[in-house]
Amino acid sequence: MLKLKNINTYYGQVHALKTVSMHLNKGEIVTLIGANGAGKTTILNTISGITPPRDGEILFEGEGIVKLPPDRIVRRGVSQVPEGRQVFKPLSVEDNLELGAYLRYRSREGRGEIRKDLEKVYELFPRLLERRKQMAGTLSGGEQQMLAIGRALMAKPRLLLLDEPSMGLAPLVVQEIFRVLEMLRHEHGTTILLVEQNAKAALKLADRGYVLETGKVILEEVASELLENKEVQRAYLGRDKKEIWER
Amino acid sequence: MEFAQQLLQYLVSGFSTGAIYALIGLGFAIIYNATGIINFAQGEFVMLGGMLTLFFLNVARFGMIPSIILAILVATLCGVVFNRLAIKPLKKPSPLNLVIITIGGSILMRGLAMLIWDKDTHAVPAFSGSEPLDLAGATILPQHLWIFGITILAIAGNKFFFYYTISGRAMRACSYNSRAASLVGIAVERMVLFSFLLSSALGAVAGIIVAPLTMTSYDVGVMLGLKGFCAAIIGGMSSGIGTVLGGIILGILEALGAGLISSGYKDAIAFIILLLILFVRPQGLFRKAETERV
Ligand SMILES: Nc1ncnc2c1ncn2[C@@H]1O[C@H](COP(=O)(O)OP(=O)(O)OP(=O)(O)O)[C@@H](O)[C@H]1O
Ligand SMILES: [Mg+2]
Repeated sequence: MLKLKNINTYYGQVHALKTVSMHLNKGEIVTLIGANGAGKTTILNTISGITPPRDGEILFEGEGIVKLPPDRIVRRGVSQVPEGRQVFKPLSVEDNLELGAYLRYRSREGRGEIRKDLEKVYELFPRLLERRKQMAGTLSGGEQQMLAIGRALMAKPRLLLLDEPSMGLAPLVVQEIFRVLEMLRHEHGTTILLVEQNAKAALKLADRGYVLETGKVILEEVASELLENKEVQRAYLGRDKKEIWER
Repeated sequence: MEFAQQLLQYLVSGFSTGAIYALIGLGFAIIYNATGIINFAQGEFVMLGGMLTLFFLNVARFGMIPSIILAILVATLCGVVFNRLAIKPLKKPSPLNLVIITIGGSILMRGLAMLIWDKDTHAVPAFSGSEPLDLAGATILPQHLWIFGITILAIAGNKFFFYYTISGRAMRACSYNSRAASLVGIAVERMVLFSFLLSSALGAVAGIIVAPLTMTSYDVGVMLGLKGFCAAIIGGMSSGIGTVLGGIILGILEALGAGLISSGYKDAIAFIILLLILFVRPQGLFRKAETERV
C-alpha cells in the first residue's frame, strides 16, 4: 500500500532521514518508535509532502507521490494527525470537523454523506458532540486530540498517519483513542502508521514496528518480537529498569 | 440647533468616508490574515476602480453598470496578476522584502496609470444624480446612500463568505494554521491567490463608489491606501467588524477635525491615530486578548 524507497530528507544542512526504506501493507497497523529527534515526525511529514525528500521514492497504491503538494496527497487518501494536535483554535469544533472534509465538499460530494460521517465521529467521541459549538482552542488537550483525529477521519483516509496521539493524555483517554484505531482498521480496513512515545502500548496494538535511530531504520520486526527484544526493551520500553536494577 | 445640524452633516460625511476606509482596510486585513503580508499596493486597486470606470465610460462609451462591472473585473485581474508576478515567485521572502515588493508594485501601477491616462483629476458622474436630499437639516447626496448601501452589502457578503461557506472557513483555517490547513487538503497557495483577488475587488469597489464624491486621478491610491491601512490597524487587522469600526471611527474623527478645527488637519489625524495605536495598543482597539491567531 505504501512504500518508501531510499528516502533522504534534509532540513537545510541537517540530514534528518538517511536512506530510509519502509513499507505498509493494506490494513496493517505499523508503529514507528525512536528517541526524541530520531526523525519520526520527519518521516510522516515526508510522506505527507510537507518536507519533501531530496531523493528517494514514495509509492502509495503503486503511484509515486513524492512530487505532489500536501493537498494532493490528502486527495489521494493519506491523512495525517500532526504532532501537537494543530487544531484550528479559533474555529468551532464542528467547523474543524467540516474542514476535515474540505476536499469532499470541493468534489461536490453529497452533503448527506458528509453529515453522516460527522455523526459517526460524534459517536466515536461523544465529548465532541457536547462541545460542537465551542471554540477548539478552549478544549482540553485530550479533547483537542480527539478533534484532530476526528478531523483526519472526516477525509475518509485509506492511510492514516498519527504523530504521538497519546502525548500528555490520561491513560483512559489513550485507551479510548487506541480503541478507535483498532475499530478503524477492523471496520474500514484503514491502514495506520502510528508514531508513539508510549512504545509498549503501540507495539501491543500494532502488527509490525520500525525502530528509528538518528534518521536511520535500525530494526524492522513483527510487533510481538519487538516487545520481547532486549535492546528495544532497554531503550524504548523502560519497563525492565527494575529487573536490571535488581540484578 | 445650528450646531446640531452641522454636527449631523459632519457625521454624514464621516460615515461615508469611513465606509470607504473600511472597505480598503478589509482588503489589507484579508491579505494580511492569509499571508502575513501588508500589501502596500492595496490603494492602487482603489485607484484602478475609479480610473477604469472612467475609462470604460468615456473612452469605450459603455453604460454606467457595464463600466462598473468591467472596472471591478479588470482591477481584480490586476490583483491576481500582481500576486502571480510579484509575490508568488518569492520563496521564503523576508518581511522587509515583501514591504519593498508591494511598495514597488504600487509605484509601478501608479506610474503605468499615469502613462496610460494622464496626470489630471477627473470627475466621475454620480450613480443616480446629485440632487441633495434633506436629512433633519443636513444634506445628504444620493451617492452617500449608494456608499452606505454597497458598503453594507460588501461587509455582509464578506461575513457570509468567511463564516458560512466552506471556502471562507478554509481561508480562515489557513490564517490560523497553514500547515494544518494543508494537511486537511486545502491548497494554501490557492487561498493566498484568492485573498489577493478578494482584496483587489473590495478595493476597486471602494474606489468606484467614492469617485463621484471626491473625483479620481492616477494617484488617489496613495492617501486612500494609507487611510485604509490605518482603519485596519485600529481594527487589529481583523477581517471583520473591527476594521469596519476602525474605518468609521477614522472617517468621523477626520470629518469632525476638518469641520471643527481646520480642514488642513484632516490627513494629519489619520497619522496621529496610526502612531498612537501602534505605540499604545498595537493589537488594535477591538481585538480581544483571547482570540489567538495560531
Ligand atoms: N524545521 C527543522 N529545521 C531544522 N532541523 C529540524 C527541523 N525539524 C526537525 N529537525 C531536526 O531533524 C531531526 C528529526 O526531527 P523529528 O522532529 O523528525 O524527530 P522526532 O523523532 O519526531 O522527535 P520527537 O520524538 O521529539 O518528536 C532532529 O535532529 C531535529 O533537530
Ligand atoms: Mg516528533
